[in-house]
Amino acid sequence: MKFADFVSVEAIQSGLEAEDKEEVIRELIQALLDVGKIDGDQMDSIVGAVMKREELGSTGIGRGVAVPHTKHPSVERLVGTVGVSKPGVDFNSLDGEKVQLFFVLVSPPDRPGDHLRALENISRQLRNETFCKFLKQADSVEDIRSLLTEADNNEFVS
Amino acid sequence: MSETTASRKVTVVSPQGLHLRTADRFVKTAKQFDSRIEVIKDGQRAEARSIMDILSLGANKGAQLYIEATGHDAQQALDVLAGLIESDFADEETHANEETHAEEETRKSSDQDQENV
Repeated sequence: MKFADFVSVEAIQSGLEAEDKEEVIRELIQALLDVGKIDGDQMDSIVGAVMKREELGSTGIGRGVAVPHTKHPSVERLVGTVGVSKPGVDFNSLDGEKVQLFFVLVSPPDRPGDHLRALENISRQLRNETFCKFLKQADSVEDIRSLLTEADNNEFVS
Repeated sequence: MSETTASRKVTVVSPQGLHLRTADRFVKTAKQFDSRIEVIKDGQRAEARSIMDILSLGANKGAQLYIEATGHDAQQALDVLAGLIESDFADEETHANEETHAEEETRKSSDQDQENV
């Protein structure tokens, strides 16, 4: 699976403003809502479900990366987007570091395989330090889009 | 203490595959051993102490993994780690819901201070 298969490009955020976990999750889900990827009346339910998942253990997987996610019956296919926070957000990460890079994923309950393949792609690409560093330094949505496209073309990891 | 290398083949049984929460448990458990441990899927090798490595395997239900350990506690590490995957992490907290909030609270200090939990 490639980024293009699940990252909603129009919803990418290059300058997340949130300062805590719930705020940043809300900001990311709002971005998906603004481009019509999720239904307006499902916003609170989805944010609540993502927060509940965080209570089971942070999705901050280290290296300044987090993958907040949930299953939700209101989506018919895996939807997601990317957000970058320059100052970083305290996310109770597994390595204790602040998170600058967020990949939010909302998947239909009956498609665990798609979710797993998205996680596989995100971690495979972000193991490459150059890609990880460039994404964190990206100043615009356009920068993030091109980096994701380059990654999809295997320019960082073969 | 002898330096032994041992390996074990396991099949992922969880319908969700080896997802983030179980990968986290797997990595934390692997870190409790001194042995160097790797997980191999379709020729791709992952360092068992790195959650990004483990997640990048994309180990779905039915995937066959080889766990390879080298060190004085290699055999023991294999027993425990293979057990986690084959039992779908059935032993404990991975499937817990209600108590996890308190668990989260204690998580930060638990690494250094296990007996206070």
